[in-house]
Amino acid sequence: MKADHFLLGETAWCPGCGNFPIREALAGALAELDLPPEQVLICSGIGQAAKMPHYIKANGFNGLHGRALPPALGAKIANKSLKVIVSSGDGDSYGEGGNHFIHNVRRNPNLAHFIHDNQVYGLTKGQASPTSDPGMVTGVQVNGVINPALNPLALALVLGSGFVARCFSGEKEHLKETMKAAINFEGYALVDILQPCVSFNKYNTYKWYKDRVYFPEVSDPTDWSAAMDLARQWGDQIPLGIFYNAPRPTFEDSLEVLSGEPLAKRPFEPNDVAGVQNEFL
Amino acid sequence: MEVNILVGGAAGQGMDTVMNLLGKSLVREGYGLIYTKDYMSRVRGGHNFSTLRIAGGTPWTTVHSVDIMVALNEETYKLHHHKLAPSGRVIYDPEVFTLPEEEDRGVAIELKKLAEEAGGKVMANTVAVGTLLVLLGMESNTVEELLEETFKEKEGMAGKNVNALKAGMAAAEKFCSACFPLPPKNEDSQKLFIDGNQVLGMAALGSGCRFLSAYPMTPSTGVMNYLAEKSKDYPVVVEQAEDEIAAINMALGASYSGVRSLTCTSGGGFALMVEGLSLAGMIETPLVIILAMRPGPATGLPTRTEQGDLEFSIHGGHGEFPRAVLAATSHEDAFYRLNKAFELADRYQVPVIFLSDQNFADTHRSVEPFDFSRLGYNRHLVEEGGYEKPYKRYRLTESGISPRAIPGQFPGETVLVDSDEHDQNGNIIESAEERNQMSAKRMRKLKALAEEMDEPDLYGDPRPETLLIGWGSTYGVLRETIDALSASGLKVAMLHFSDIWPLPQKRLRSLLPEVRLSCCVENNATGQLASLIRRETGLTVDKRINKNDGRPFMPDEIIKEVEKYHES
Ligand SMILES: Cc1ncc(C[n+]2csc(CCOP(=O)(O)OP(=O)(O)O)c2C)c(N)n1
Ligand code: SF4
Ligand SMILES: [Mg+2]
Repeated sequence: MKADHFLLGETAWCPGCGNFPIREALAGALAELDLPPEQVLICSGIGQAAKMPHYIKANGFNGLHGRALPPALGAKIANKSLKVIVSSGDGDSYGEGGNHFIHNVRRNPNLAHFIHDNQVYGLTKGQASPTSDPGMVTGVQVNGVINPALNPLALALVLGSGFVARCFSGEKEHLKETMKAAINFEGYALVDILQPCVSFNKYNTYKWYKDRVYFPEVSDPTDWSAAMDLARQWGDQIPLGIFYNAPRPTFEDSLEVLSGEPLAKRPFEPNDVAGVQNEFL
Repeated sequence: MEVNILVGGAAGQGMDTVMNLLGKSLVREGYGLIYTKDYMSRVRGGHNFSTLRIAGGTPWTTVHSVDIMVALNEETYKLHHHKLAPSGRVIYDPEVFTLPEEEDRGVAIELKKLAEEAGGKVMANTVAVGTLLVLLGMESNTVEELLEETFKEKEGMAGKNVNALKAGMAAAEKFCSACFPLPPKNEDSQKLFIDGNQVLGMAALGSGCRFLSAYPMTPSTGVMNYLAEKSKDYPVVVEQAEDEIAAINMALGASYSGVRSLTCTSGGGFALMVEGLSLAGMIETPLVIILAMRPGPATGLPTRTEQGDLEFSIHGGHGEFPRAVLAATSHEDAFYRLNKAFELADRYQVPVIFLSDQNFADTHRSVEPFDFSRLGYNRHLVEEGGYEKPYKRYRLTESGISPRAIPGQFPGETVLVDSDEHDQNGNIIESAEERNQMSAKRMRKLKALAEEMDEPDLYGDPRPETLLIGWGSTYGVLRETIDALSASGLKVAMLHFSDIWPLPQKRLRSLLPEVRLSCCVENNATGQLASLIRRETGLTVDKRINKNDGRPFMPDEIIKEVEKYHES
């Protein structure tokens, strides 16, 4: 399959936006993995990044702001044969949806979570996001951001995520390969993607990222402490790559009822369960 | 002929054990009963009590008066002795407290000591059951049978409990034996001994519900417990969500992906869900929400009852979209009605809210076994050849219902849903024309949906002069009220709603203008159904009888109000 097969529709993104390479990398990853569009589900919340389901040929659940993960989990439980991908913004995933992020890392369902981390709220025109660097001045944070930035990778590691990666949308080939690995990973896979927002983030520009990113050698991807060290690097040097890759039993594996046919495909006849009331006799 | 039993004590003293054991054996032996719970929002201490009424047929409600009281602490006696019939009895443990000298109705049983002798003080409640059996003139075989079943996996426990039971019986002999004759048995068929939440959980299972995501909140948690237990043997997944927002969004994802899905909560949780409710309306994804009401505002009275969220359930959620609101009235009806909720949700691709409340959820009654063959499992999914290619999730149709497919159903076809306004394919749009088309398409569904609503149940005089109107869990108390008022010579009937929104209006329009007095009886402060009737039909209900102290109505309270209006 060709990547073009998955590209769909006219985007509503600004010219030069870091979302374009993410979309191309995703289309490329799906094509190279040879996944039929009807077997793929892309879930998102609301934001610029969250428009992804409209631009990739696949099933799509473009839900509410902050609520990309819960329907993704529900859909996976109902039909575990779907490849479920969450593609959404940093505000959506770490701000409004922070609670779902925390608890789905713990659950470890078989989902790939791609966060378009532009360190800003794009769609609502440039307010700070949880990952904005301190000092960033916006129309709301008029004296600059005062809170320290959330570190999603470190958080995911602490919560027990089995797959933690950081990419940059300016490194498309690396991004595509990482996405493939995340999609194939058994369990919750986090890929935080540094994504320049040319309209609202005047701090973390293409150049700013380019000057800082590098590819460290990850000799043992199951070394949690080494992964943590990489996750905590930020500033003059920003490492990219899969920092941690150590599968643990998935949410679906732990649910015995899910073994066998996907729930959505099992037939049902009310009379067959009538015996359930005997316990009340 | 009837017997009313009250068991009271502090939270954690095991009133439920007594009632479950006694209640279930009575039902097994063919007696009709109802058992209600009044409990505090705490795990230990405080004062909780349960009431059991044994009467011919299956009684609809409990009453104030008490024939036998089991007072596990002194407070129980102090709080309830005024309800005790002159010929009543109080079972108590003289080691725990002593009755006032003038009280001659005491049945002093050393519950704790006898339990210890039988093998452990946890069995004090079993001793009490033994004493109750003697007072009721019952044999012990059915209780023994139940104890065997309950403890079949715990070596020796059944035997010890039987000893405790026998000790309670022996100790009771000298007080009074069979001094509370039971009403005649119902010989017709075996009955279930079941509470409202179990009815709903079982109805969900029988409706083919495969997924429940919820966050624990009294009084809805029993539904979660029921289905979680069943998930060991049936293909249903119960997931405790991180919050109610996650709960409803997970359920929507599962429904979109192809399984019948459910969430359950109470008012506070529903408040967190309403954005998701609106999402269900927008993406036209079937969903059933059980809203088990308790008194608000805010945390309110967590373990008590109210019908305060009717308007909230009809109006909750931003924007305009079709929905249905149904309510649990009796155990007998709610089983089939929850199935109707699933059927409507699938057929019209809308959210359906099923209202229950603590009064319904926690009440056990003896009811006929349910007929599972009456349950529907019609998913209304489009079949190969039944749709225009390429597949579009929101095809414009005359009925407003678009053919629904699920992801992966057809090779090459994908399913896109979007919380933004969208075109037929599900893609974001902003044009006024497409917006109008989509909004009109959704709203068109309301017409056929309205025709699905059952007219309210009419019980009593077919040409009433006085009409009592109600909805939901007041069904039982209103029936007993009507029976009592009819017996006193009034031409009275009740009109009781189980399907509430869209409001069925035929009976209202024909009856309301004809009666001399109409009263809307609601467990809330303002009379929300009365207001709804006024808004939808322009008809005014004469009087509103309200109660919102967190306790269910008793027949005498309603009778008093009705008589008051009659006099004036
Ligand atoms: C409940 C709710 N609150 C607020 C909004 C407004 N809103 C839409 S997108 C957004 C932030 C988007 O930021 P992010 O997720 O980082 O996406 P980006 O646009 O940067 O890609 C906000 C606050 C909303 N749609 N819904
Ligand atoms: S606002 Fe920023 S993130 Fe959104 S499309 Fe424009 S450049 Fe991209
Ligand atoms: Mg952003």
